[in-house]
Amino acid sequence: MRSPSSFNHHLGRRKILGSIALVVFMSSVVVGILGLVVLLAQVLFQGLEWLSPELIFNFPSRHPEQAGLKAAIFGTLWLMGLTAAFTVPVGVGAAIYLEEYATENWLTRLIEVNIANLAGVPSIVYGLLGLALFVQLLSLGRSVLAGALTMSLLVLPIVILASREAIKAVPETYRQAAFALGATKWEVVRSVVLPSAYPGVLTGIILAMSRAIGETAPVIAISALVYLTFVPQNPLDRFTVLPIQIFNWIARPQEDFRGLAAGGIIVLLIVLLSMNALAVFLRNRYQKQSVE
Amino acid sequence: MTKSLISVPTTNSDEPHFRRRSKTWEGGAAKWLFLACALVSILTTIGILVSLVINAWGFFTEIPIWDYLFGTRWSPILKPRDYGVLPLVSGTLLVTLIGALVAVPIGLASAIFLSEYAPDRLRRIIKPVLEILGGIPTVVYGYFALTWVTPQIQKILPDLLVFNALSAGLVLGLMIIPMVSSLSEDAMLAVPRSLKQAAYALGATRLEVSISIVVPAALSGVIAACIIGISRAIGETMLVTIAAGATPKLTLNPLESIQTMTAYIVQLSLGETPHGSLEFNTIFAVGLLLFFMTLVMNVGGHYVVRRWGLRYE
Repeated sequence: MRSPSSFNHHLGRRKILGSIALVVFMSSVVVGILGLVVLLAQVLFQGLEWLSPELIFNFPSRHPEQAGLKAAIFGTLWLMGLTAAFTVPVGVGAAIYLEEYATENWLTRLIEVNIANLAGVPSIVYGLLGLALFVQLLSLGRSVLAGALTMSLLVLPIVILASREAIKAVPETYRQAAFALGATKWEVVRSVVLPSAYPGVLTGIILAMSRAIGETAPVIAISALVYLTFVPQNPLDRFTVLPIQIFNWIARPQEDFRGLAAGGIIVLLIVLLSMNALAVFLRNRYQKQSVE
Repeated sequence: MTKSLISVPTTNSDEPHFRRRSKTWEGGAAKWLFLACALVSILTTIGILVSLVINAWGFFTEIPIWDYLFGTRWSPILKPRDYGVLPLVSGTLLVTLIGALVAVPIGLASAIFLSEYAPDRLRRIIKPVLEILGGIPTVVYGYFALTWVTPQIQKILPDLLVFNALSAGLVLGLMIIPMVSSLSEDAMLAVPRSLKQAAYALGATRLEVSISIVVPAALSGVIAACIIGISRAIGETMLVTIAAGATPKLTLNPLESIQTMTAYIVQLSLGETPHGSLEFNTIFAVGLLLFFMTLVMNVGGHYVVRRWGLRYE
């Protein structure tokens, strides 16, 4: 312990140090934001002139000025539709089980730890799982169905975590009121918990889908082929998606295809940003409601 | 896991009973159905392990696991063939290291700024912007690294190759900043106000409170954030496939073109290698190693939080 007389507080120096640190901390935030700005500027600068009706409505082509995203857009729509159809019931069901039914035991803990770890598995590993399980073992081939099953397993943890948060936020009094009226557990879940949790669940689903749209690696492991001039007609058809088509264009040496890739990225980012904006909108509306 | 305060009658002896029997049956079926949904996640883990191990087994029956893990040359397609995975591992670690050198300091500094310095209104603007950064698909980052970052660095270092570990690593760092920063910020925000107020009362400056009170108190969360961010970087695929190259090389020189484990898997998936062949099974052997590397890091991250995480009530 220092005696008061020897206490030297160096206040001036410490304040200067503090100001320097503030500048350092602030510039760190600025670096992140600046990175985003430069990235967007580069994409817009390179890609705007390639935004055209052909980019949306044409099939891919060897000639950059005729090449388009039609196969990729339809492939993405197919993939997202099927992925949502698999993920939503299973993800919400798992969340209902964990929040409403599960008791504190080893199985519940195992499931929870497992979900947390699955969220950290690299997406390319899911691609390998899909390749071995759906493409080969179940003989689904390199089809949009195999891709969607793989993608569903990939985004399942996101849907489960978001749905659990939403279900957790439903006030306990709602459930008790329903029980008091003689409802069974299942009726409480179906008629009280799910309707109240609906906006939160929907937000989670949108976020999971926006993650799925941008995922490339697992889909490459499944679909491989990247030059398609047809639109999938049924779930067993081969397919390609937006980020794979963009990757294909980036990988070509010609400058024009790089521009085309930037155009494709703009389309992809517009889709993603509108999905995220929708999710934020829903979240804000939901939060306002729950305050009342 | 919410326990209702009121137990639901499952017997139907009481009057009046409104189709109670069919309701109970329905409820039982619903419970088992929901349990089945929850078990899908366990089946996924088992599926990943089994499919990786079985296919990698086909590889390890022909190539001794020792040669695979410690071999220094990777050339599974071109003769003379060699199956030493170390060049791919070194490529992955090199890119990850560069990414971590960018993301950890910047992410932590951003987290300190957001949790200790920024006024509420500013934080509410910055956080969504950082979230956007985290939501951009990785192909876009690859495009950015290849078409903007590499040419910029080439202005300073003219020898830099078109595909190189440096720009892939730098952009990888940019990509995981939001993850490191938001997870650490959560940990810092959980530090009780009373601890900070006590330090301020002793005359500490804001910097001293941040560095000597908030960061140590949140240390487990901060370390976990870094580990999870780095694990994400190891598994990152498209960015390094596009920007880091396709030449497996045992080097720590960031200016060279390298290949990561993930990029190798993509490269082989793109080709028309026949299923079941030795070349094809290499991707499962590489995938298995990748899976274990990220698993160890993630389990480690969660362990740090559980073991050293301070709980403030």
